[in-house]
Amino acid sequence: MGNKLDDLLENGPVAINIGVQDFMENLKIQGSDVLQVDWAPPAVDDAEMLELLDKLL
Amino acid sequence: MRVAKRLTEQKGVLQAAALMGTEKNKSLLAEIGVAGKEISMATPNDLILAVKAENQQVIEEVLGNIDRWLQPPPDRAKTIPLRTLEEAIARLPQANLAVVSVPGQYAAREAQKALAHGLNVFLFSDHVPIEEEMSLKRYARDHGLIVMGPDCGTAIIGGIGIGFANAVRRGPIGVIGASGTGIQEFTTLVHRAGSGISHALGTGSRDLFAAIGGISFLSALEALESDHQTQVIAIIAKPPDPLVLANLRPRISRCPKPVVACFLGLPSKEFLAHVPGQIARTLDEAATLAVQLATGKTPPSFNIEPSALPVLIRRERAGMNPEQKYLRGIFAGGTFCYQAQQILKEAGILGYANAPLEGNKRLPDSHRSIEHTLIDMGADEFTAGRPHPMIDSRLRFERLLAEGQDPEVAVMLLDFILGFNAAPNPAGDLVPAIAGAKQEAQKRGGYLSVVASVCGTEEDPQNLKEQIKLLKETGAVVFPSSAQATQFCALLLASGKKRG
Repeated sequence: MGNKLDDLLENGPVAINIGVQDFMENLKIQGSDVLQVDWAPPAVDDAEMLELLDKLL
Repeated sequence: MRVAKRLTEQKGVLQAAALMGTEKNKSLLAEIGVAGKEISMATPNDLILAVKAENQQVIEEVLGNIDRWLQPPPDRAKTIPLRTLEEAIARLPQANLAVVSVPGQYAAREAQKALAHGLNVFLFSDHVPIEEEMSLKRYARDHGLIVMGPDCGTAIIGGIGIGFANAVRRGPIGVIGASGTGIQEFTTLVHRAGSGISHALGTGSRDLFAAIGGISFLSALEALESDHQTQVIAIIAKPPDPLVLANLRPRISRCPKPVVACFLGLPSKEFLAHVPGQIARTLDEAATLAVQLATGKTPPSFNIEPSALPVLIRRERAGMNPEQKYLRGIFAGGTFCYQAQQILKEAGILGYANAPLEGNKRLPDSHRSIEHTLIDMGADEFTAGRPHPMIDSRLRFERLLAEGQDPEVAVMLLDFILGFNAAPNPAGDLVPAIAGAKQEAQKRGGYLSVVASVCGTEEDPQNLKEQIKLLKETGAVVFPSSAQATQFCALLLASGKKRG
């Protein structure tokens, strides 16, 4: 337990940014390895349906 | 956020908001007087752009440009976008952190996906239901991960700032913080005192609530204990739920490294008697104590020389009219607003706030100050569909000018927060409003004192020295920390009372 958080502190952040693009750009400026996910709200706005879709995909 | 900022920057636009058509957002818009058929028909998949302008022509211009503004910049459009977390992980399999800032109602879903893929999560989004927070944090704890957030503004990991963070030196002090601006002030003060930060881990503002029980706090504590770089651990938070504290206390007491605890908000003596570690009343004290413990030496003081204060007070008091007796604190950082209320209360100064600490009254209307008023401009009622005041100074600008019209205002207390993701020129943005408010006071034959603090370092993109210089040139008294700026305001108000 605690190993993945320990890894993060030991090796520094290698990040995937989901949302505000400025966060990705500022991580990059600081020399961090980072990728941006071009997130969009799900087409279906129904929690139950989304859960089913998550399981299927 | 970019579109909202762009809208507010257009000449002739008085107010603008860009937000998704959720029920919560619609009611927030209604609260600021924006309503209508189109808005009530909007669904969470619609984007609402609300603009209040000087005239119809400005509206037409905005409508004519809006499609273009919604397009991504050309350099971004060229690259093939990654649509899902899974696609990103396939491209970056060594990823160890997801930074999530999507709207609150979708945030837990994205965070859960990231945790399931073995990623730690920095969850900037707010408005995440507490049950979802609980479930995310339990999952993270059981899988050796951490969820920093929801509503986590700041973290620093191995010298890399995430969210709103400053460029600070690496060093021996580790931080666990439930407040973003609290972490920013603490880490920059440590930097300015010559020491540095190993890691600063945010927990989110509700982690020490009874419903969560400090799950992320404990994970952070455990990680900092085993981290080789960290020699001292600082805790920055509002007072936790008493039961949570009772549970955490034996765990903190067992910590093999020295602990400095700063629980802002005037905790009682009984409470403090149960806090393990060294207690700091303010962020300044916390930084000094932590540096002392880490280096074995008293750090060079970042305080203004005390002997200089009476001269400054006389100077700031000299031109004031007798009716000038009130303080207006207009804050970008919520923690600064909170800490200022604590310091002023200790000095016997009570008043109004939109997020009042015990003893202060809640403002009936956040947009209108009464007597001594302290305003957190980052609160929901100001940020619905608009960028946070740390990114966009427009609302603070207008508020400063409005306060400048009040002949009873003696002193304005301001904070300026530098760092990654903050506005490129926070001081410069407000300089014309400071000058304007001062001029108004002068026209009435009075003098308006403007007292400011700048949270940042010289390595920040905005450059600390330059920002301080800009403020001083406008006649503001600038302090190295928000606590000191507030203490100065208390002295200034007390001197007025004596005189009056």
